[in-house]
Amino acid sequence: MAQTITSARIEIEGASQDFATAPLQRTARPPCFHCGTACRGDTFRAGEKSFCCQGCRTVFGLLTENGLGQFYQLGEAAGVRVNGPAKAEQFRFLDEPAVRERLADFSDAKLTRVTLRLPAIHCIACVWLLENLFRLKPGIGQSQVNFPRKEVSIAFETAKVKLSEVAALLASLGYEPELKFSDLENRPPSRVPRRLWMQLGLAGFAFGNAMLFSIATYLGLDAFSGPAFQKLVGFVSLALAVPVVIYSAADYYRSAWVSVRQRLLNIDVPIAAGIIAIFAQSAFEVVSGRGEGYFDSLCGLIFFLLCGKLFQQKTYERLAFDRDYKSFFPLSVTRKQGRAEESVSLAQLAVGDHLLLRNGELIPADAKLISGPAVIDYSFVTGESEPVEKKADDYLYAGGRQIGGAIEVEMVKGVSQSYLTSLWNQDAFRKDKTATLNALTNTYSQRFTKIVIAIALGSAVFWAFVNSDKSLKSFTSVLIVACPCALALAAPFALGTAQRVLARRNVFLKNPYVLESLAKVDAVVFDKTGTLTAAGASSVTWRGAPLSEAEECWLYSMTRHSTHPLPVRIGEAIARHHFPEPVRSFLETAGCGMEGTVAGNEIWMGSAAWLESCNVRPALADSPAQASAVHVAINGRYRGSYILESALRPEADRLITKLSEDYDLALLSGDHEKERARFTGLFGESAHLHFNQSPLNKLGFIHDLQRGGKTVMMVGDGLNDAGALKQSDVGVAVVENVNAFSPASDVILAAGMVPRIGEVLRYAKQSVRMVRAAFVISSLYNVVGIAIAASGNLSPIVCAILMPVSSVTVVAFACGATTWLGRGLAAPKKTERLP
Amino acid sequence: MSIILVLIPLSILFALAFLGAFIWAVRGGQFEDTTTPSMRLLLDDKTISDRSAEPEPKLNTKQP
Repeated sequence: MAQTITSARIEIEGASQDFATAPLQRTARPPCFHCGTACRGDTFRAGEKSFCCQGCRTVFGLLTENGLGQFYQLGEAAGVRVNGPAKAEQFRFLDEPAVRERLADFSDAKLTRVTLRLPAIHCIACVWLLENLFRLKPGIGQSQVNFPRKEVSIAFETAKVKLSEVAALLASLGYEPELKFSDLENRPPSRVPRRLWMQLGLAGFAFGNAMLFSIATYLGLDAFSGPAFQKLVGFVSLALAVPVVIYSAADYYRSAWVSVRQRLLNIDVPIAAGIIAIFAQSAFEVVSGRGEGYFDSLCGLIFFLLCGKLFQQKTYERLAFDRDYKSFFPLSVTRKQGRAEESVSLAQLAVGDHLLLRNGELIPADAKLISGPAVIDYSFVTGESEPVEKKADDYLYAGGRQIGGAIEVEMVKGVSQSYLTSLWNQDAFRKDKTATLNALTNTYSQRFTKIVIAIALGSAVFWAFVNSDKSLKSFTSVLIVACPCALALAAPFALGTAQRVLARRNVFLKNPYVLESLAKVDAVVFDKTGTLTAAGASSVTWRGAPLSEAEECWLYSMTRHSTHPLPVRIGEAIARHHFPEPVRSFLETAGCGMEGTVAGNEIWMGSAAWLESCNVRPALADSPAQASAVHVAINGRYRGSYILESALRPEADRLITKLSEDYDLALLSGDHEKERARFTGLFGESAHLHFNQSPLNKLGFIHDLQRGGKTVMMVGDGLNDAGALKQSDVGVAVVENVNAFSPASDVILAAGMVPRIGEVLRYAKQSVRMVRAAFVISSLYNVVGIAIAASGNLSPIVCAILMPVSSVTVVAFACGATTWLGRGLAAPKKTERLP
Repeated sequence: MSIILVLIPLSILFALAFLGAFIWAVRGGQFEDTTTPSMRLLLDDKTISDRSAEPEPKLNTKQP
């Protein structure tokens, strides 16, 4: 079997070459049987079936040979296109003990279990194939897919199979594991802890049963079944309540204790006091034979509270709000030692190492360019919208992406000491925002707790003079009734519902309490590239005499061969119905342009200076200052130029105008000043516009605003905004799609929703107002309850009715009102919707 | 009415059995991924050991 895979890999390697040189023919294009991509020719066939490339044909062969042909019955063209060769060497670094130990969930001499992220998982056939992996390679055991997280957990025999072989097998099937530098750190724990489910289940179980038994006593059944029955019910309920009070409610005591020690009286203090009061009073009644206690209400109370806790723990499987640069950097990089190349993990790199970076690969640490023309795209790191060209001996910053051919660099600094990554050593990354969590409820509960304790003491003192028998009972009764269950549920349910409403509109909050901070925001700071202007979505206009259909098609064919962002963008803009024609003698000179022959016509596209050096005089019309131009010559004659302007997101201007009425606005950009005039027009003369900002400058600017008493929201997208996002009160990361990397933030916002930020802010304010209204409702119940309790007449049945009714009305109001208010929020178009 | 003294412990025993089932389910991780099992349900277990893509007649029929 191992042999089959090896030979398959060799075939795949050969295939990519076939593919590259395959002539681009104009034929009917059947979909690939494996992946559904339109086939370019008739080259790859197996019987009746056509394939788009050798890779897909190989996977098909592999699957059918091993009795996995059912894959194709589960979904038509369900496969994932195999991109390029999958080399075992590429994953060799996974076998290093240090890396392996970190990645494996479990490993001993016999068995290893590892969980890998496979972004290519997309359908039911993938699940089936990955769970039948053991048929493809002896030594692999059970594998289990977690579809929403796009993860597979694979067990294999430690002695027989290497981790690198598992990764290579997955890659050869088209499911290349996503390995990031952050994987070397400890894995985050499961999102909703099992413990909470256990606590909830136990409380629900006890609640249901205790209520069932209590009904009999509420109806007065003990009248004819005798006191023995009452006693039995009492002790059974006590037995049910003990584990609930000890285990299910444990977190409330802990939190209450912490808050008392910090002298903060948060909402958990009256809750814990209420729970203990109810339990003590009820246990006393049961043991002394005076009654059956309030155990059903007690279990119900804890059950409802835990429901609220579960509701506010809504998480989104594929989103992570706490990523740092380590989740952006790859786990491995190609190191060059003399002539040999090897794939090593980032953790092993040392200053002075020579690294080989291919097209699209990331510079992992500050480095010096050794060889190769480098075109580095820093857009994600610095916010500069255009790639920069570098010469040998130039200094390269970590985080940039090489575009074009392979380059060799020498590391000058360690991975964590580089210009960009040292940002994470700032103070902002050490502070914890959770301290301010649930501030709304806690401020209210401070007042509330003091009042309740005053009333309880007051009524105890009052009854001590009037009727001393009732004194203790009235004291505990007040604590029981005042237990702020409804109050504690108001914020989780109102804000939790609002969080879900926003998630349906592609605005994802880290937790419901982000809404509280959003409602307080009075200054909004924007990043430029990728936030207000869409990355890559520049407008393309042609300047010069109009091109004929055929000429435009030639240019389109040329752009298809380049990886430089400018021609790629031009290609997208002029694609329309053109079908690419074969390009001969294509040559791209980094930093200059590209030349080639299409249908016998010599075509040059590139910078003005380069064309001039080729003896073509470009007509340099006055192009806008902020634009880039690609000049075109056909058969040695200058034809004109494509002008690319970075485009504002649609409706971004309206957003700015609207926000400027209520908020202080500022723009921070890592880009140069060429667009200042344009943004001054947009933001107005008085707004802060700062260009050429380093990531550290951005962080400092936010800090200054905060010192001026502002609550700041930062809207950004790249690693360069990471510091500012972290420092701000609410950090909003803008993403083009959820699977893309986003720096640590409080809110992840789909790019399409950027123009709606104003509405989101307004909705946050409305939600917080609804929480306040819910507080009022729950207080009304408390007033009624406390009035009864202080008079010393609280009976179990009153408690059993009042407590759930108040909770249910508050929850219904909180959810209903926020949903109703959310209906007005613009919904994204179907196509924009993220999973 | 004294039968109720038997019925109540009995009902609690049943309820405890369900609680046990719930704890078993939580421990087994059934509450962590609620999407994939619903997809797995649609898949056939029998991946026949045949060597072709075409479905073959059942190999393990019990009839003589």
